[in-house]
Amino acid sequence: MLKIGLKKLAATALAVCALGAGAAGADDMNDPYRDPALSALAGKKIAYLPISIGFDLAQAWGGVVKTESQRYGMEFSSQDPNWNTDAMAQGFTALLAEKPDVIVTQNPDMQSLARLMKQANAEGIIVVQLNMQGAVQTDAFVGPDFIAMGEQAAKMMIEKCGKNTDTSHKVAIVQGVLTGGVSYYQVQGMMKVFNENPDEVQIVSSQAADWDASKARAITETTLQQHPDICGIVDVWDGQGIGTGAAIKQAGKQGQVFFLTSGGGAQSMCDGLEDGTYSAVINYDAPGMGRDAWTAIMVALQNGQGGGAIKTQIYSPTRVMTKEDVKPGTCWDPQQYAKILR
Amino acid sequence: MTMPTLMRHLNQEKIVFGLTVLLFVAFSLTLDKFTDSANILALIRSVAVLGILGLGMLVVVLGRGIDLSLVAIMAISVAWAMQLIHDGVPVYAALTTGLAFAVGIALCTGILVAYAEIPPLFATLAMATFVYGFGRAHLIVGTDVVYMPKTMGWIVTLGQGKLFGIPMPIVVAAAMAFIVYLFLKFTKIGNFVYAIGDNLPAARIGGIPVRPMLVLQYVLSGGIAFVAGIITATSVEAMNTRIVNSNMIYDVILVVVLGGVGLSGGRGNVRNVIVGTLLIGVLMNGMTIMDIQYTVQNVIKSLILLLAIVIDSIVNPRDEQTGQQGDI
Repeated sequence: MLKIGLKKLAATALAVCALGAGAAGADDMNDPYRDPALSALAGKKIAYLPISIGFDLAQAWGGVVKTESQRYGMEFSSQDPNWNTDAMAQGFTALLAEKPDVIVTQNPDMQSLARLMKQANAEGIIVVQLNMQGAVQTDAFVGPDFIAMGEQAAKMMIEKCGKNTDTSHKVAIVQGVLTGGVSYYQVQGMMKVFNENPDEVQIVSSQAADWDASKARAITETTLQQHPDICGIVDVWDGQGIGTGAAIKQAGKQGQVFFLTSGGGAQSMCDGLEDGTYSAVINYDAPGMGRDAWTAIMVALQNGQGGGAIKTQIYSPTRVMTKEDVKPGTCWDPQQYAKILR
Repeated sequence: MTMPTLMRHLNQEKIVFGLTVLLFVAFSLTLDKFTDSANILALIRSVAVLGILGLGMLVVVLGRGIDLSLVAIMAISVAWAMQLIHDGVPVYAALTTGLAFAVGIALCTGILVAYAEIPPLFATLAMATFVYGFGRAHLIVGTDVVYMPKTMGWIVTLGQGKLFGIPMPIVVAAAMAFIVYLFLKFTKIGNFVYAIGDNLPAARIGGIPVRPMLVLQYVLSGGIAFVAGIITATSVEAMNTRIVNSNMIYDVILVVVLGGVGLSGGRGNVRNVIVGTLLIGVLMNGMTIMDIQYTVQNVIKSLILLLAIVIDSIVNPRDEQTGQQGDI
């Protein structure tokens, strides 16, 4: 008994000695990879140029990138073209003259910035495209795969309203601006699935609401009036969908009509789920996209090969949410990110 | 009635009204459920806000002005009021502040037009840009969509409630139309508006306080814009300030001009605005039911406008007066 006790004591003493030696050694130990990484980042300039800084998605992306860039001693500047494509192209041209190290931008359409982004890459500027891919590929595209998201939405509608369900099989689509990529690609994905399964649902209306909730409300009111037995409605953006949802609520059809929409997961999305405005949403998590954009910047700066050397598509993960998924803190507060950007 | 006398009785208002009736009949015959009372209510409701804004535009246009800042004032004043409620300001205090902002801006516009004698087109265009820019930079500093606070109380019924089965936006629009009608037809000030629009120097010689009257017109239109904004915000539970960038202001001018209100001032009344608004309502509703593509809808809308203007210029050729003044 005593023998074992002594042995134990000795072992403990030995262990303590070893630990002490280890702790002393840590004073000189260094992470050899940290310094090169930090010096690749420090002092670099990031220019942020979304189509507008006034909306929740752009605030979250920019907020995350700004916070991280400041952590590593980088310079962050932003411009607000306020939904004006011409102003945005001018801003981009001005950036080409200023020569920042990184440009983080968001295409208003396929073509407007394509030539400018190519030029920026040619001059060694790293270009990260958010949310919508322009006609050229640059260092990184960060955004949801909108076509896949449309397909996913269509499959969800088929599940709720398809031929195996006891419903009218009638479905309506509320689009945004017809030429806008976010709307165009989602609808393209939806129509692909619907056309491949022609006997599943019947599309009774597919109208564009111009990203305007009032227009979405008026269109949906007419559609509901025309097809009181409608089974489901898809809207391509939750900010516009609040109008679609209001029409469903005001027609007394909340709960009867399955209303699916998508967005970046701001607090208004959780509020809408909770009060029944949306039946389900596909959330593409805007702060997560901001993190992806920041990752892309770190990778491009540290590989040291300059802009346009390595090109990657970074598709954002999405998550389907219903009322049950809403907990305090599930969604994010745009004000918090807006403050960071100011 | 011979052809020439019939032609003499036709004016743009009657032409547009005829077109509206024609479309209405065509849609009722071809479209299922078009004449359902619920659809008719939906139809009118969808253009109620447009009609209210049209009334504001009417008051200004009658005095030979134009107000391009209506939509900007509507969006920013109401969005700011709701933002204040989110920030903890009591509901009524916030709404009063919003209204005061709308009226205050309109007052400035009026002073610019009446006393600094800046052409209304430029004064209101500049004011629209200023209101939007200032609002986005200093008042609504977060997201450009301000969601409706849950604490608005009875005010929500203005956008969502019903009175005897009729949606409140229609009731409010009708009430506003009636008030503006009474104002223009039966009050002295209302008659002054026509006098000024008809012939400003003559009105001044006649002893009408022309400059204060001009200011008043813009103030009225600013107040009307605030009401339109409250209806918009409460019916969709949000105010999207992005509509300032949309072509909504052109739609407002469209319903006013389409109904037959003369942009050269002094000609027109509330009935013109109602007729113009109804045509747009019938058209949009019918095309939504037919599920016509959005771009095609715009083409059809502009073709109908062109048609109305062409018919008007054939039956009412330009006389010496319009020749001298120009159309705007």
